[in-house]
Amino acid sequence: MAESAPRPVAFRGGGFQPSPRRWAPWLAFAAILGLWQAASAAGMLPSLFMPSPVEIGRALGSLAASGDLGRHLGASLYRIGLGWTLGAAAGLAVGLAMGLWSMARAVGIPVVSALFPIPKIALLPLFILWFGIGEPSKVATIALGTFFPTVVSAFGAVDNVPRNLIRMAQSFGLPVAEIVRKVVLPGALPGVLSGFRISASIALILVVAAEMIGAEFGVGAYILLTGNLMQIDRLLAGVVVLSLLGLAIGAILGRVEAWLLRWR
Amino acid sequence: MDLRLSGIAHRYGDLTAIERVDLTVGSGETVVLIGPSGCGKSTLLGIAGGLLAPGAGRVETAGAAPAGCLNPLTYVFQDFALLPWRTVEGNVALALEHHPLTASERAERVDAALALTGLREFALVYPKQLSGGMRQRVGLARAVVVRPAILLLDEPLSALDAQTRELLMADLLAIWERERTTALYVTHNLAEAARLGDRVVVMSRRPGRIKDTLAIDLPRGARERPEHAAAMADLQARLWRLIEDEARVAEREVADG
Repeated sequence: MAESAPRPVAFRGGGFQPSPRRWAPWLAFAAILGLWQAASAAGMLPSLFMPSPVEIGRALGSLAASGDLGRHLGASLYRIGLGWTLGAAAGLAVGLAMGLWSMARAVGIPVVSALFPIPKIALLPLFILWFGIGEPSKVATIALGTFFPTVVSAFGAVDNVPRNLIRMAQSFGLPVAEIVRKVVLPGALPGVLSGFRISASIALILVVAAEMIGAEFGVGAYILLTGNLMQIDRLLAGVVVLSLLGLAIGAILGRVEAWLLRWR
Repeated sequence: MDLRLSGIAHRYGDLTAIERVDLTVGSGETVVLIGPSGCGKSTLLGIAGGLLAPGAGRVETAGAAPAGCLNPLTYVFQDFALLPWRTVEGNVALALEHHPLTASERAERVDAALALTGLREFALVYPKQLSGGMRQRVGLARAVVVRPAILLLDEPLSALDAQTRELLMADLLAIWERERTTALYVTHNLAEAARLGDRVVVMSRRPGRIKDTLAIDLPRGARERPEHAAAMADLQARLWRLIEDEARVAEREVADG
Protein backbone atom coordinates (compact mmCIF):
# COMPACT_ATOMS: atom_id res chain seq x y z
CA MET A 1 0.00 0.00 0.00
CA ALA A 2 1.33 3.45 -0.95
CA GLU A 3 2.49 5.74 1.90
CA SER A 4 -0.32 8.15 2.87
CA ALA A 5 -1.66 10.05 5.87
CA PRO A 6 -3.05 7.76 8.60
CA ARG A 7 -6.81 7.34 8.52
CA PRO A 8 -8.93 6.23 11.47
CA VAL A 9 -10.56 2.83 11.10
CA ALA A 10 -14.32 3.32 11.18
CA PHE A 11 -16.29 1.26 13.71
CA ARG A 12 -18.58 -1.12 11.86
CA GLY A 13 -19.34 -3.77 14.43
CA GLY A 14 -22.53 -2.28 15.92
CA GLY A 15 -26.10 -3.54 15.88
CA PHE A 16 -27.57 -7.05 15.91
CA GLN A 17 -27.39 -7.07 19.70
CA PRO A 18 -30.83 -6.85 21.29
CA SER A 19 -30.80 -4.85 24.50
CA PRO A 20 -33.68 -4.49 26.98
CA ARG A 21 -35.96 -1.44 26.68
CA ARG A 22 -38.10 -1.68 29.81
CA TRP A 23 -40.20 1.38 29.05
CA ALA A 24 -40.94 0.46 25.41
CA PRO A 25 -43.80 -2.04 25.94
CA TRP A 26 -45.58 0.30 28.40
CA LEU A 27 -45.20 3.17 26.00
CA ALA A 28 -46.52 1.02 23.13
CA PHE A 29 -49.56 -0.05 25.18
CA ALA A 30 -50.22 3.53 26.24
CA ALA A 31 -49.90 4.75 22.65
CA ILE A 32 -52.30 2.10 21.29
CA LEU A 33 -54.89 2.78 24.03
CA GLY A 34 -54.47 6.53 23.63
CA LEU A 35 -54.98 6.41 19.86
CA TRP A 36 -57.93 4.05 20.28
CA GLN A 37 -59.56 6.34 22.86
CA ALA A 38 -58.92 9.42 20.72
CA ALA A 39 -60.41 7.73 17.64
CA SER A 40 -63.50 6.73 19.68
CA ALA A 41 -63.86 10.24 21.10
CA ALA A 42 -63.62 11.68 17.57
CA GLY A 43 -66.42 9.38 16.45
CA MET A 44 -64.18 7.46 14.07
CA LEU A 45 -65.02 4.15 15.78
CA PRO A 46 -68.75 3.43 16.29
CA SER A 47 -69.33 2.60 19.96
CA LEU A 48 -71.76 -0.21 19.06
CA PHE A 49 -69.11 -2.24 17.27
CA MET A 50 -65.87 -0.97 18.79
CA PRO A 51 -66.30 0.63 22.22
CA SER A 52 -63.54 2.79 23.63
CA PRO A 53 -60.99 1.53 26.18
CA VAL A 54 -62.77 3.58 28.87
CA GLU A 55 -66.10 1.89 28.11
CA ILE A 56 -64.46 -1.53 28.18
CA GLY A 57 -62.83 -0.60 31.51
CA ARG A 58 -66.22 0.40 32.89
CA ALA A 59 -67.76 -2.89 31.70
CA LEU A 60 -64.93 -4.76 33.36
CA GLY A 61 -65.49 -2.81 36.59
CA SER A 62 -69.20 -3.60 36.67
CA LEU A 63 -68.48 -7.24 35.83
CA ALA A 64 -66.20 -7.42 38.84
CA ALA A 65 -68.54 -5.47 41.12
CA SER A 66 -71.54 -7.68 40.30
CA GLY A 67 -69.63 -10.82 41.24
CA ASP A 68 -70.10 -12.26 37.74
CA LEU A 69 -66.38 -12.02 37.03
CA GLY A 70 -65.63 -14.36 39.92
CA ARG A 71 -68.31 -16.83 38.83
CA HIS A 72 -67.20 -16.91 35.18
CA LEU A 73 -63.52 -16.89 35.97
CA GLY A 74 -63.93 -19.53 38.67
CA ALA A 75 -65.75 -21.86 36.26
CA SER A 76 -63.07 -21.41 33.58
CA LEU A 77 -60.23 -21.88 36.06
CA TYR A 78 -61.80 -25.06 37.41
CA ARG A 79 -62.09 -26.51 33.89
CA ILE A 80 -58.56 -25.45 32.92
CA GLY A 81 -57.12 -26.67 36.22
CA LEU A 82 -58.76 -30.07 36.10
CA GLY A 83 -58.42 -30.62 32.35
CA TRP A 84 -54.81 -29.44 32.19
CA THR A 85 -53.79 -31.41 35.27
CA LEU A 86 -55.30 -34.63 33.89
CA GLY A 87 -53.98 -34.10 30.37
CA ALA A 88 -50.51 -32.95 31.42
CA ALA A 89 -50.10 -35.70 34.02
CA ALA A 90 -51.13 -38.44 31.58
CA GLY A 91 -49.10 -36.85 28.78
CA LEU A 92 -46.06 -36.61 31.03
CA ALA A 93 -46.34 -40.28 32.00
CA VAL A 94 -46.75 -41.42 28.38
CA GLY A 95 -44.04 -39.07 27.06
CA LEU A 96 -41.53 -40.16 29.71
CA ALA A 97 -42.34 -43.81 29.01
CA MET A 98 -41.77 -43.22 25.29
CA GLY A 99 -38.47 -41.52 26.04
CA LEU A 100 -37.29 -44.28 28.36
CA TRP A 101 -38.51 -47.54 26.84
CA SER A 102 -38.05 -48.69 23.27
CA MET A 103 -41.34 -50.62 23.18
CA ALA A 104 -43.34 -47.61 24.41
CA ARG A 105 -41.56 -45.49 21.80
CA ALA A 106 -42.20 -47.98 19.00
CA VAL A 107 -45.92 -48.08 19.83
CA GLY A 108 -46.30 -44.46 20.91
CA ILE A 109 -44.71 -42.56 18.03
CA PRO A 110 -47.09 -43.73 15.27
CA VAL A 111 -50.15 -43.46 17.53
CA VAL A 112 -49.28 -39.96 18.71
CA SER A 113 -48.33 -38.86 15.18
CA ALA A 114 -51.72 -40.03 13.91
CA LEU A 115 -53.81 -38.44 16.68
CA PHE A 116 -51.85 -35.26 17.45
CA PRO A 117 -52.96 -33.28 14.36
CA ILE A 118 -56.71 -33.73 15.05
CA PRO A 119 -58.14 -30.39 16.25
CA LYS A 120 -59.40 -31.51 19.65
CA ILE A 121 -62.34 -29.14 19.69
CA ALA A 122 -63.73 -31.21 16.80
CA LEU A 123 -64.16 -34.04 19.31
CA LEU A 124 -66.29 -31.97 21.72
CA PRO A 125 -69.61 -33.09 20.14
CA LEU A 126 -68.44 -36.68 20.54
CA PHE A 127 -67.52 -36.06 24.18
CA ILE A 128 -70.91 -34.45 24.75
CA LEU A 129 -72.52 -37.63 23.42
CA TRP A 130 -70.29 -39.74 25.66
CA PHE A 131 -70.21 -37.64 28.82
CA GLY A 132 -73.22 -35.32 28.50
CA ILE A 133 -73.37 -31.54 28.12
CA GLY A 134 -71.98 -30.85 31.63
CA GLU A 135 -68.47 -30.50 32.96
CA PRO A 136 -66.95 -33.87 31.97
CA SER A 137 -67.14 -33.23 28.22
CA LYS A 138 -65.43 -29.85 28.59
CA VAL A 139 -62.76 -31.17 30.93
CA ALA A 140 -62.17 -34.14 28.60
CA THR A 141 -61.68 -31.80 25.62
CA ILE A 142 -59.10 -29.77 27.53
CA ALA A 143 -57.40 -32.90 28.89
CA LEU A 144 -57.13 -34.44 25.43
CA GLY A 145 -55.94 -31.16 23.93
CA THR A 146 -53.16 -30.81 26.50
CA PHE A 147 -52.27 -34.51 26.54
CA PHE A 148 -50.68 -34.69 23.10
CA PRO A 149 -48.39 -31.63 23.26
CA THR A 150 -47.25 -32.80 26.69
CA VAL A 151 -46.48 -36.27 25.32
CA VAL A 152 -44.47 -34.79 22.45
CA SER A 153 -42.53 -32.38 24.65
CA ALA A 154 -41.80 -34.93 27.40
CA PHE A 155 -40.68 -37.53 24.87
CA GLY A 156 -38.47 -35.00 23.10
CA ALA A 157 -37.09 -33.74 26.40
CA VAL A 158 -36.02 -37.23 27.50
CA ASP A 159 -34.66 -37.97 24.06
CA ASN A 160 -32.55 -34.80 24.19
CA VAL A 161 -30.88 -35.55 27.52
CA PRO A 162 -27.21 -35.69 26.54
CA ARG A 163 -26.19 -39.33 26.23
CA ASN A 164 -22.76 -38.56 27.68
CA LEU A 165 -24.43 -37.78 31.03
CA ILE A 166 -26.13 -41.18 31.00
CA ARG A 167 -22.85 -42.89 30.06
CA MET A 168 -21.16 -41.02 32.88
CA ALA A 169 -23.72 -42.27 35.38
CA GLN A 170 -23.37 -45.80 34.00
CA SER A 171 -19.60 -45.57 34.30
CA PHE A 172 -20.01 -44.98 38.03
CA GLY A 173 -22.33 -47.95 38.31
CA LEU A 174 -25.53 -46.05 39.15
CA PRO A 175 -28.57 -48.35 38.98
CA VAL A 176 -31.08 -47.65 36.20
CA ALA A 177 -33.68 -46.17 38.56
CA GLU A 178 -31.08 -43.76 39.96
CA ILE A 179 -29.99 -42.77 36.45
CA VAL A 180 -33.60 -41.98 35.58
CA ARG A 181 -34.16 -40.05 38.82
CA LYS A 182 -30.86 -38.19 39.01
CA VAL A 183 -29.92 -37.71 35.38
CA VAL A 184 -32.77 -38.25 32.93
CA LEU A 185 -35.61 -36.52 34.75
CA PRO A 186 -33.70 -33.39 35.78
CA GLY A 187 -32.13 -33.26 32.31
CA ALA A 188 -35.57 -33.46 30.71
CA LEU A 189 -37.11 -30.85 33.00
CA PRO A 190 -36.44 -27.77 30.80
CA GLY A 191 -38.16 -29.43 27.83
CA VAL A 192 -41.04 -30.65 29.99
CA LEU A 193 -41.61 -27.15 31.38
CA SER A 194 -41.56 -25.64 27.88
CA GLY A 195 -44.21 -28.21 26.97
CA PHE A 196 -46.29 -27.14 29.99
CA ARG A 197 -46.25 -23.56 28.71
CA ILE A 198 -47.54 -24.67 25.33
CA SER A 199 -50.18 -26.98 26.79
CA ALA A 200 -51.38 -24.25 29.18
CA SER A 201 -51.94 -21.93 26.19
CA ILE A 202 -53.84 -24.71 24.43
CA ALA A 203 -55.96 -25.27 27.55
CA LEU A 204 -56.93 -21.59 27.52
CA ILE A 205 -57.99 -21.78 23.87
CA LEU A 206 -59.94 -24.98 24.41
CA VAL A 207 -61.75 -23.80 27.54
CA VAL A 208 -63.14 -20.80 25.67
CA ALA A 209 -64.22 -22.95 22.73
CA ALA A 210 -65.74 -25.61 24.99
CA GLU A 211 -67.61 -23.02 27.06
CA MET A 212 -69.21 -21.63 23.93
CA ILE A 213 -71.12 -24.91 23.63
CA GLY A 214 -73.62 -25.41 26.41
CA ALA A 215 -72.12 -23.65 29.41
CA GLU A 216 -73.90 -21.29 31.80
CA PHE A 217 -70.74 -19.95 33.41
CA GLY A 218 -67.22 -19.47 32.14
CA VAL A 219 -65.44 -16.65 30.32
CA GLY A 220 -66.14 -18.31 26.96
CA ALA A 221 -69.83 -18.58 27.78
CA TYR A 222 -69.88 -14.92 28.90
CA ILE A 223 -68.24 -13.78 25.65
CA LEU A 224 -70.75 -15.77 23.57
CA LEU A 225 -73.71 -14.41 25.59
CA THR A 226 -72.60 -10.78 25.39
CA GLY A 227 -71.92 -11.18 21.66
CA ASN A 228 -75.44 -12.49 21.12
CA LEU A 229 -76.81 -9.49 23.05
CA MET A 230 -74.59 -7.05 21.09
CA GLN A 231 -72.96 -5.92 24.36
CA ILE A 232 -69.62 -5.40 22.71
CA ASP A 233 -68.08 -3.51 25.66
CA ARG A 234 -68.80 -6.53 27.88
CA LEU A 235 -67.63 -8.93 25.19
CA LEU A 236 -64.31 -7.10 24.99
CA ALA A 237 -64.12 -6.99 28.79
CA GLY A 238 -64.30 -10.80 28.62
CA VAL A 239 -61.50 -10.81 26.06
CA VAL A 240 -59.40 -8.63 28.38
CA VAL A 241 -60.04 -11.12 31.19
CA LEU A 242 -58.78 -13.93 28.92
CA SER A 243 -55.71 -11.93 28.02
CA LEU A 244 -54.96 -11.26 31.70
CA LEU A 245 -55.59 -14.93 32.50
CA GLY A 246 -53.10 -15.97 29.81
CA LEU A 247 -50.56 -13.51 31.16
CA ALA A 248 -51.09 -14.74 34.72
CA ILE A 249 -50.69 -18.40 33.73
CA GLY A 250 -47.55 -17.52 31.77
CA ALA A 251 -46.15 -15.55 34.72
CA ILE A 252 -46.84 -18.38 37.19
CA LEU A 253 -45.20 -20.96 34.91
CA GLY A 254 -42.31 -18.55 34.36
CA ARG A 255 -41.78 -18.29 38.12
CA VAL A 256 -41.97 -22.06 38.55
CA GLU A 257 -39.52 -22.49 35.67
CA ALA A 258 -37.10 -19.92 37.06
CA TRP A 259 -37.13 -21.65 40.45
CA LEU A 260 -36.81 -25.20 39.18
CA LEU A 261 -34.17 -24.26 36.61
CA ARG A 262 -32.25 -21.85 38.81
CA TRP A 263 -29.03 -23.66 37.88
CA ARG A 264 -29.26 -22.35 34.30
CA MET B 1 -4.67 -53.46 39.53
CA ASP B 2 -3.83 -54.61 35.98
CA LEU B 3 -6.06 -54.04 32.99
CA ARG B 4 -5.87 -56.69 30.27
CA LEU B 5 -7.43 -56.41 26.84
CA SER B 6 -7.13 -59.51 24.68
CA GLY B 7 -8.13 -59.91 21.04
CA ILE B 8 -10.44 -56.91 21.12
CA ALA B 9 -12.34 -56.21 17.90
CA HIS B 10 -15.30 -53.97 17.27
CA ARG B 11 -17.51 -53.07 14.34
CA TYR B 12 -20.02 -50.28 13.78
CA GLY B 13 -22.29 -51.84 11.16
CA ASP B 14 -20.09 -52.57 8.15
CA LEU B 15 -17.24 -50.48 9.53
CA THR B 16 -14.48 -52.28 11.38
CA ALA B 17 -13.33 -49.86 14.07
CA ILE B 18 -10.82 -52.05 15.91
CA GLU B 19 -9.15 -55.28 14.91
CA ARG B 20 -7.33 -57.69 17.24
CA VAL B 21 -6.01 -55.39 19.94
CA ASP B 22 -4.05 -56.92 22.80
CA LEU B 23 -2.96 -54.55 25.50
CA THR B 24 -2.03 -54.88 29.14
CA VAL B 25 -1.70 -51.93 31.48
CA GLY B 26 0.26 -52.94 34.54
CA SER B 27 -0.59 -51.93 38.06
CA GLY B 28 0.34 -48.31 38.68
CA GLU B 29 1.35 -47.84 35.05
CA THR B 30 0.13 -45.07 32.75
CA VAL B 31 -0.33 -46.10 29.15
CA VAL B 32 -1.14 -43.39 26.66
CA LEU B 33 -3.01 -44.37 23.54
CA ILE B 34 -2.45 -42.19 20.48
CA GLY B 35 -3.45 -42.58 16.87
CA PRO B 36 -5.07 -40.76 13.96
CA SER B 37 -8.69 -39.58 14.10
CA GLY B 38 -11.17 -42.41 13.84
CA CYS B 39 -8.67 -45.14 14.70
CA GLY B 40 -10.85 -46.44 17.52
CA LYS B 41 -9.01 -45.07 20.58
CA SER B 42 -12.16 -43.93 22.33
CA THR B 43 -13.96 -47.09 21.25
CA LEU B 44 -11.20 -49.13 22.85
CA LEU B 45 -11.48 -47.07 26.03
CA GLY B 46 -15.25 -47.57 26.05
CA ILE B 47 -14.75 -51.31 25.73
CA ALA B 48 -12.09 -51.28 28.46
CA GLY B 49 -14.51 -49.60 30.83
CA GLY B 50 -17.48 -51.80 30.02
CA LEU B 51 -19.47 -49.04 28.35
CA LEU B 52 -19.28 -50.75 24.96
CA ALA B 53 -19.59 -54.46 24.35
CA PRO B 54 -16.68 -55.69 22.23
CA GLY B 55 -17.44 -57.56 19.01
CA ALA B 56 -14.74 -59.99 20.01
CA GLY B 57 -12.15 -60.36 22.74
CA ARG B 58 -12.00 -60.08 26.49
CA VAL B 59 -11.43 -57.35 29.04
CA GLU B 60 -10.14 -58.41 32.44
CA THR B 61 -8.73 -56.85 35.53
CA ALA B 62 -6.32 -58.59 37.85
CA GLY B 63 -4.98 -57.75 41.27
CA ALA B 64 -6.43 -56.09 44.31
CA ALA B 65 -8.24 -52.78 44.24
CA PRO B 66 -7.01 -50.12 46.67
CA ALA B 67 -8.67 -49.86 50.07
CA GLY B 68 -11.99 -48.02 49.89
CA CYS B 69 -12.29 -48.45 46.12
CA LEU B 70 -15.94 -48.11 45.09
CA ASN B 71 -15.60 -48.12 41.32
CA PRO B 72 -12.51 -49.95 40.10
CA LEU B 73 -12.71 -48.72 36.50
CA THR B 74 -13.46 -45.01 36.48
CA TYR B 75 -13.79 -42.63 33.55
CA VAL B 76 -12.73 -39.06 33.05
CA PHE B 77 -14.61 -37.62 30.10
CA GLN B 78 -13.42 -35.24 27.40
CA ASP B 79 -16.52 -33.05 27.72
CA PHE B 80 -16.50 -33.30 31.54
CA ALA B 81 -20.02 -34.83 31.63
CA LEU B 82 -21.09 -32.73 34.62
CA LEU B 83 -24.72 -32.44 35.66
CA PRO B 84 -25.46 -28.73 35.19
CA TRP B 85 -28.23 -28.79 37.82
CA ARG B 86 -25.89 -29.98 40.56
CA THR B 87 -23.25 -27.98 42.32
CA VAL B 88 -19.60 -29.00 42.23
CA GLU B 89 -20.11 -30.85 45.50
CA GLY B 90 -23.28 -32.51 44.17
CA ASN B 91 -21.51 -33.65 41.01
CA VAL B 92 -18.70 -35.21 43.00
CA ALA B 93 -21.12 -36.79 45.49
CA LEU B 94 -23.15 -38.37 42.67
CA ALA B 95 -20.54 -41.10 42.32
CA LEU B 96 -21.05 -42.08 45.98
CA GLU B 97 -24.78 -41.79 46.47
CA HIS B 98 -25.66 -45.36 45.54
CA HIS B 99 -23.01 -46.84 47.84
CA PRO B 100 -23.75 -47.74 51.44
CA LEU B 101 -21.72 -44.98 53.09
CA THR B 102 -22.66 -42.92 56.10
CA ALA B 103 -23.29 -39.23 55.56
CA SER B 104 -20.03 -38.36 57.31
CA GLU B 105 -18.02 -40.87 55.24
CA ARG B 106 -19.54 -39.40 52.11
CA ALA B 107 -18.83 -35.85 53.19
CA GLU B 108 -15.25 -36.76 54.12
CA ARG B 109 -14.59 -38.35 50.75
CA VAL B 110 -16.11 -35.43 48.85
CA ASP B 111 -14.13 -32.95 50.90
CA ALA B 112 -10.89 -34.84 50.33
CA ALA B 113 -11.51 -35.05 46.57
CA LEU B 114 -12.30 -31.34 46.41
CA ALA B 115 -9.18 -30.53 48.38
CA LEU B 116 -7.03 -32.74 46.14
CA THR B 117 -8.27 -30.96 43.02
CA GLY B 118 -8.24 -27.45 44.49
CA LEU B 119 -12.01 -27.08 44.41
CA ARG B 120 -12.89 -26.69 48.08
CA GLU B 121 -13.90 -23.07 47.79
CA PHE B 122 -16.04 -23.84 44.72
CA ALA B 123 -18.05 -26.62 46.38
CA LEU B 124 -21.37 -24.79 46.12
CA VAL B 125 -20.87 -23.36 42.65
CA TYR B 126 -22.70 -24.65 39.56
CA PRO B 127 -20.69 -25.92 36.57
CA LYS B 128 -21.80 -23.04 34.32
CA GLN B 129 -20.00 -20.67 36.67
CA LEU B 130 -16.67 -22.47 36.16
CA SER B 131 -14.03 -22.28 33.45
CA GLY B 132 -13.27 -25.34 31.31
CA GLY B 133 -10.23 -26.18 33.41
CA MET B 134 -12.19 -25.99 36.63
CA ARG B 135 -14.94 -28.14 35.16
CA GLN B 136 -12.42 -30.81 34.30
CA ARG B 137 -11.11 -30.58 37.85
CA VAL B 138 -14.63 -31.44 38.95
CA GLY B 139 -14.49 -34.41 36.57
CA LEU B 140 -11.22 -35.45 38.20
CA ALA B 141 -12.59 -34.96 41.71
CA ARG B 142 -15.60 -37.12 40.81
CA ALA B 143 -13.19 -39.78 39.56
CA VAL B 144 -10.87 -39.79 42.57
CA VAL B 145 -13.70 -39.69 45.12
CA VAL B 146 -14.44 -43.37 44.41
CA ARG B 147 -10.74 -44.25 44.88
CA PRO B 148 -10.45 -45.98 41.54
CA ALA B 149 -8.01 -48.75 40.77
CA ILE B 150 -7.87 -47.88 37.08
CA LEU B 151 -8.53 -44.49 35.52
CA LEU B 152 -9.75 -44.38 31.93
CA LEU B 153 -9.18 -40.90 30.56
CA ASP B 154 -10.73 -39.98 27.22
CA GLU B 155 -8.87 -36.91 25.94
CA PRO B 156 -9.48 -35.16 29.25
CA LEU B 157 -7.48 -32.07 28.36
CA SER B 158 -8.37 -31.63 24.70
CA ALA B 159 -11.16 -29.11 25.35
CA LEU B 160 -8.83 -26.87 27.36
CA ASP B 161 -6.47 -24.06 26.40
CA ALA B 162 -2.71 -24.67 26.48
CA GLN B 163 -2.08 -22.98 29.84
CA THR B 164 -4.89 -24.79 31.58
CA ARG B 165 -3.69 -28.02 30.03
CA GLU B 166 -0.25 -27.50 31.58
CA LEU B 167 -1.75 -26.87 35.00
CA LEU B 168 -4.00 -29.90 34.82
CA MET B 169 -1.20 -32.13 33.57
CA ALA B 170 0.80 -31.23 36.67
CA ASP B 171 -2.23 -31.96 38.84
CA LEU B 172 -2.85 -35.29 37.11
CA LEU B 173 0.76 -36.32 37.67
CA ALA B 174 0.52 -35.36 41.33
CA ILE B 175 -2.68 -37.39 41.74
CA TRP B 176 -1.18 -40.42 40.01
CA GLU B 177 1.96 -40.24 42.10
CA ARG B 178 -0.09 -40.04 45.26
CA GLU B 179 -2.74 -42.60 44.47
CA ARG B 180 -0.58 -44.96 42.36
CA THR B 181 -3.54 -45.43 40.05
CA THR B 182 -3.28 -47.48 36.87
CA ALA B 183 -4.26 -45.30 33.93
CA LEU B 184 -5.19 -45.73 30.28
CA TYR B 185 -5.13 -42.30 28.69
CA VAL B 186 -6.37 -41.45 25.20
CA THR B 187 -5.11 -38.31 23.47
CA HIS B 188 -4.33 -36.73 20.12
CA ASN B 189 -1.68 -34.56 21.68
CA LEU B 190 1.86 -35.91 21.29
CA ALA B 191 3.32 -33.55 23.89
CA GLU B 192 0.74 -34.75 26.40
CA ALA B 193 1.53 -38.38 25.53
CA ALA B 194 5.25 -37.80 26.00
CA ARG B 195 4.75 -35.99 29.31
CA LEU B 196 2.30 -38.36 30.95
CA GLY B 197 2.90 -41.89 29.71
CA ASP B 198 5.10 -44.65 31.02
CA ARG B 199 4.39 -46.21 27.66
CA VAL B 200 2.86 -44.72 24.54
CA VAL B 201 0.87 -47.11 22.38
CA VAL B 202 0.47 -45.94 18.78
CA MET B 203 -2.57 -47.16 16.90
CA SER B 204 -2.89 -47.46 13.14
CA ARG B 205 -5.66 -45.80 11.16
CA ARG B 206 -9.00 -47.60 10.90
CA PRO B 207 -9.36 -50.47 11.47
CA GLY B 208 -7.36 -49.66 14.58
CA ARG B 209 -4.54 -52.00 15.51
CA ILE B 210 -1.53 -51.48 17.72
CA LYS B 211 1.21 -50.26 15.41
CA ASP B 212 4.00 -49.67 17.87
CA THR B 213 4.76 -49.11 21.54
CA LEU B 214 7.32 -46.73 22.97
CA ALA B 215 8.47 -47.02 26.56
CA ILE B 216 9.54 -43.72 28.11
CA ASP B 217 12.22 -44.07 30.73
CA LEU B 218 12.51 -40.40 31.70
CA PRO B 219 11.22 -39.64 35.21
CA ARG B 220 7.57 -38.67 34.73
CA GLY B 221 7.42 -35.68 37.05
CA ALA B 222 10.58 -34.12 35.63
CA ARG B 223 10.10 -34.34 31.89
CA GLU B 224 9.36 -30.65 31.50
CA ARG B 225 12.78 -29.73 32.93
CA PRO B 226 15.29 -28.13 30.52
CA GLU B 227 17.77 -31.02 30.80
CA HIS B 228 15.18 -33.35 29.28
CA ALA B 229 14.11 -30.96 26.53
CA ALA B 230 16.16 -32.63 23.80
CA ALA B 231 15.05 -36.14 24.79
CA MET B 232 11.42 -35.01 24.89
CA ALA B 233 11.68 -33.32 21.49
CA ASP B 234 13.23 -36.49 20.09
CA LEU B 235 10.46 -38.59 21.63
CA GLN B 236 7.75 -36.42 20.13
CA ALA B 237 9.47 -36.50 16.74
CA ARG B 238 9.53 -40.31 16.90
CA LEU B 239 5.87 -40.40 17.80
CA TRP B 240 5.04 -38.07 14.94
CA ARG B 241 7.02 -40.20 12.47
CA LEU B 242 5.01 -43.21 13.61
CA ILE B 243 1.72 -41.46 13.23
CA GLU B 244 2.23 -38.99 10.35
CA ASP B 245 1.41 -41.21 7.36
CA GLU B 246 -1.51 -42.80 9.18
CA ALA B 247 -2.87 -39.36 10.11
CA ARG B 248 -2.62 -38.14 6.49
CA VAL B 249 -4.51 -41.13 5.12
CA ALA B 250 -7.06 -40.97 7.97
CA GLU B 251 -7.65 -37.27 7.26
CA ARG B 252 -8.44 -38.05 3.60
CA GLU B 253 -10.74 -40.89 4.66
CA VAL B 254 -12.63 -38.50 6.93
CA ALA B 255 -12.82 -35.89 4.16
CA ASP B 256 -14.08 -38.52 1.68
CA GLY B 257 -16.73 -39.49 4.18
